[in-house]
Amino acid sequence: MHRFANPNQFLRIANPVLPWVAWLAALSIGTGLYLGLIQAPQDYQQGETVRIMYVHVPAAWMALFVYASMAIASATALIWRHPLGFLAAKASAPIGACFTVICLATGSLWGKPMWGTWWEWDARMTSVLILLFLYIGYMALVDAFDEPTRGQRAASILALVGAVNVPIIKFSVDWWNTLHQPASVVRLDGPAIHPSMLWPLLIMAVGFTAFYFAVLIVRLRSEIAAAKIRNIRIGQVHG
Amino acid sequence: METLTEFFAMGGYAPYIWPAYILAAIILVTLLGLSLRDLRRNENTLKALRTERRGRTGDEVSS
Repeated sequence: MHRFANPNQFLRIANPVLPWVAWLAALSIGTGLYLGLIQAPQDYQQGETVRIMYVHVPAAWMALFVYASMAIASATALIWRHPLGFLAAKASAPIGACFTVICLATGSLWGKPMWGTWWEWDARMTSVLILLFLYIGYMALVDAFDEPTRGQRAASILALVGAVNVPIIKFSVDWWNTLHQPASVVRLDGPAIHPSMLWPLLIMAVGFTAFYFAVLIVRLRSEIAAAKIRNIRIGQVHG
Repeated sequence: METLTEFFAMGGYAPYIWPAYILAAIILVTLLGLSLRDLRRNENTLKALRTERRGRTGDEVSS
């Protein structure tokens, strides 16, 4: 693992991977859209609105997955002082925030016709809103200090403390009486939805995951370049 | 034509389904666009700084 912590070593691996994940994202999202919008049947209760799920559910999974990745990257940055761990967390935060906004907005657009309300302060929705605030707080904190390392430490600690919210979101529908329905895909007795609806969901999730890695590589390359620029400029001031 | 109109009507739920898809698309495309713009900007700055530095060290060697 230590080998990948070297930015140049990382770029040597990440650069050839980028076109593959980019194509995987484009193909999976394209297939997911076709299956979700055209092939999949209506739901017997939700009618056509079930199609919102093919965006909402994968976006919700990504919101959690990206946060978990961010927390792990922050932990490696704090414990082993891997410079790349911190940069990976910083590069992930805006991507996770975008998925969380998509999750909340599409949930709202589904909730209005199905529940009769755009928003309800139930445990699932409130905990996902807190997740969005954690992402925003992380992004604000990371650039809030004149000395970058202080911002890095503060933001990494926030990311770790906020990780407690991830299981709360996942199990909120079991622990509390929520308006939000319980899990129908990730459950111990297997998925409770028909394959014609499960496939578009899973393919879209693959697409979103590939999209995350593609944008993550782009943002990481950008962060690595920014760090090199900073080093050269510091060298110029002291040199 | 009939089926296409039907498709876009989404069983009467068009005002909810299409905004959901369009909003998601706008957010993801904007994120990708801004990330690529930042990357290009930073890589150009880095390249400029490096040629500048190489130029200066070149001067020092020659002088």
